[in-house]
Amino acid sequence: MSVYDQQATRKPPISQIGAILWLRTNLFSSWINTVLTATSLYFLYLMIPPLLDWMFFNASFSFGTINFFGFDIKFSEAMATNTNCGREGACWPYIYEKLYMYTYGFYPRTETWRPNIVFGLTASLFVIIPLIKNYKYKNRVILSMIVFYPIVSYVLISGGFGLLPIVETHQWGGLLLTLVIASVGIIVSFPIGVVLALGRQSKLRVIKLFSTLFIEFVRAVPLITILFMASFVLPLFLEPGNNSIDKLLRALVGIALFQAAYFAEVVRGGLQAIPRGQYEAADAIGLSYFQKNALIVLPQALKISIPNIVGSSISLFKDTTLVLIIGLLDMLAMVGLTTADPYWLGRETEGYVFVTIVMWVMLYSMSRYSRKLELRFNTENTN
Amino acid sequence: MSTDKSKTNKKNIIEISKLNKWYGDFHALKNIDLEVKEGEIIVVCGPSGSGKSTLIRCVNFLEKFQEGTIVVSGTELTDDAQKIRKIRSEVAMVFQHFNLFPHLTIVDNLTLAPIWVHNETKQEAREKALKLLDRVGIKDQAEKYPNQLSGGQQQRVAIARSLCTSPKIMLFDEPTSALDPEMISEVLDVMVELASEGITMICVTHEMGFARKVANRIIFMDEGQIVEENDPDKFFNNAESERLKLFLSQILTH
Repeated sequence: MSVYDQQATRKPPISQIGAILWLRTNLFSSWINTVLTATSLYFLYLMIPPLLDWMFFNASFSFGTINFFGFDIKFSEAMATNTNCGREGACWPYIYEKLYMYTYGFYPRTETWRPNIVFGLTASLFVIIPLIKNYKYKNRVILSMIVFYPIVSYVLISGGFGLLPIVETHQWGGLLLTLVIASVGIIVSFPIGVVLALGRQSKLRVIKLFSTLFIEFVRAVPLITILFMASFVLPLFLEPGNNSIDKLLRALVGIALFQAAYFAEVVRGGLQAIPRGQYEAADAIGLSYFQKNALIVLPQALKISIPNIVGSSISLFKDTTLVLIIGLLDMLAMVGLTTADPYWLGRETEGYVFVTIVMWVMLYSMSRYSRKLELRFNTENTN
Repeated sequence: MSTDKSKTNKKNIIEISKLNKWYGDFHALKNIDLEVKEGEIIVVCGPSGSGKSTLIRCVNFLEKFQEGTIVVSGTELTDDAQKIRKIRSEVAMVFQHFNLFPHLTIVDNLTLAPIWVHNETKQEAREKALKLLDRVGIKDQAEKYPNQLSGGQQQRVAIARSLCTSPKIMLFDEPTSALDPEMISEVLDVMVELASEGITMICVTHEMGFARKVANRIIFMDEGQIVEENDPDKFFNNAESERLKLFLSQILTH
């Protein structure tokens, strides 16, 4: 029999912690990785300095004097023009000058407060939803937001109903239009997608056949084709001279149906992950088909599908830029439109970079946000 | 064949006659005839694949059958969704893998059917649910989620959930087979207590101690048919068929 002294606790060897360990395991773990790391660093060296030069060091920030929430911020005496900006750097005053177009399109300047409220409302939704933790009212609050948010937004943006002056859809543009198309596309297509997914699993042959045909047909066709169909072919079948169906509405219907097929497949994946026992238990306690799906199957299936639902939504968000080919002036279309202005000829690069940054900020926050949601839902039912 | 004297004057609550079921070409149930009286405790056992689970799953129509009739408390089972729901509100089932709803708290698992199927108010359902949870000994876990509980606790919740709608008949589909050994007895205790309260039970189980203690009749199935049906005493000590003798020798040796 032996007795041992208590051992002192030590820190791990210096090569096993912190930055050195990280570098070793992530960048220099084998000679291939070392070569890849070196090559990547070389390419970054080639690309980053010129990019920084163009974006910041050689760029013009001569905005003149900007009024920022009542404070005058003076950048320069007068705003730079296209010619005195120079070609070696970005001409950010162009973006500033056209910011209105990029944000609202041809929306009347006197009515800007309306889309602004909608922007604020949208942002606050994202802030509010994670804060609702009180289980008792959670569902009611979320439900009322789902119902009221689109109605309020629609009334504000389009006007009418004797409340606000009507702003016709061809005046909508820029980020506003991008957000309208993306959010309507996502919100409208989601329930259709869920119904299609359930339909595809239905025991009723006709419903199953219809859902499968619809999903497989739409998924086999590019969005651009559907937009062309909605925009140019559909009117041929309608009564001649009858332009009562708005161009934006036609595009929205096309996009919503297109996205519904993708959501349907995403949700079907979630449905298939639900064990058969859940269906059987729901049946055994006497729930109807509708109750079974609404109370047991869908809440679980949708939770599993969150990453894919968000992924699919992000794709749709990016695909909305395709509407420029049917003449809707979304944010990307504004690049072409504003640089056709003789005063700002040749500033497409600035435009594309700007749109890229805005898109990236929005979509990256979307995916971070979904990751948060996922984690939160997960903590609810495992320890 | 046995007849339990104390039950003879009670009426049949389940009548199964000439029941046949196929999975594709596989003849899973062959000419099953079985009558269960009110308050009777029946244990069904047999080797795996003998059709025990299939048989009790036919009783609440989780499985469709092709031939024969099943009458549950006066209602004949057909495709009619209305009738199926009526029967399912009287027949509760406990599964091998518990099948609790993981996205709902324990108490919400219990109140689901009372609220949505039996139109009880949330308050009523909740009070009843807490009473039942108390009875199976896990009242203090009411607000937790199923995954936070041990297997034995989950199965007790499942039993409480099936009791929530005050069923006349309870079907148990191998309720202890998925449990760790030390958790089996806590579930069996609850079942024994239930058995003493006069609820009709059909249990598919290999817990022979339980069968001996509470069953009025034990049914031995093999290859889709009922091979022998007897009261516990004769079943264990005086088995008639060779197949049952072999089966008993296999499960009782250890």
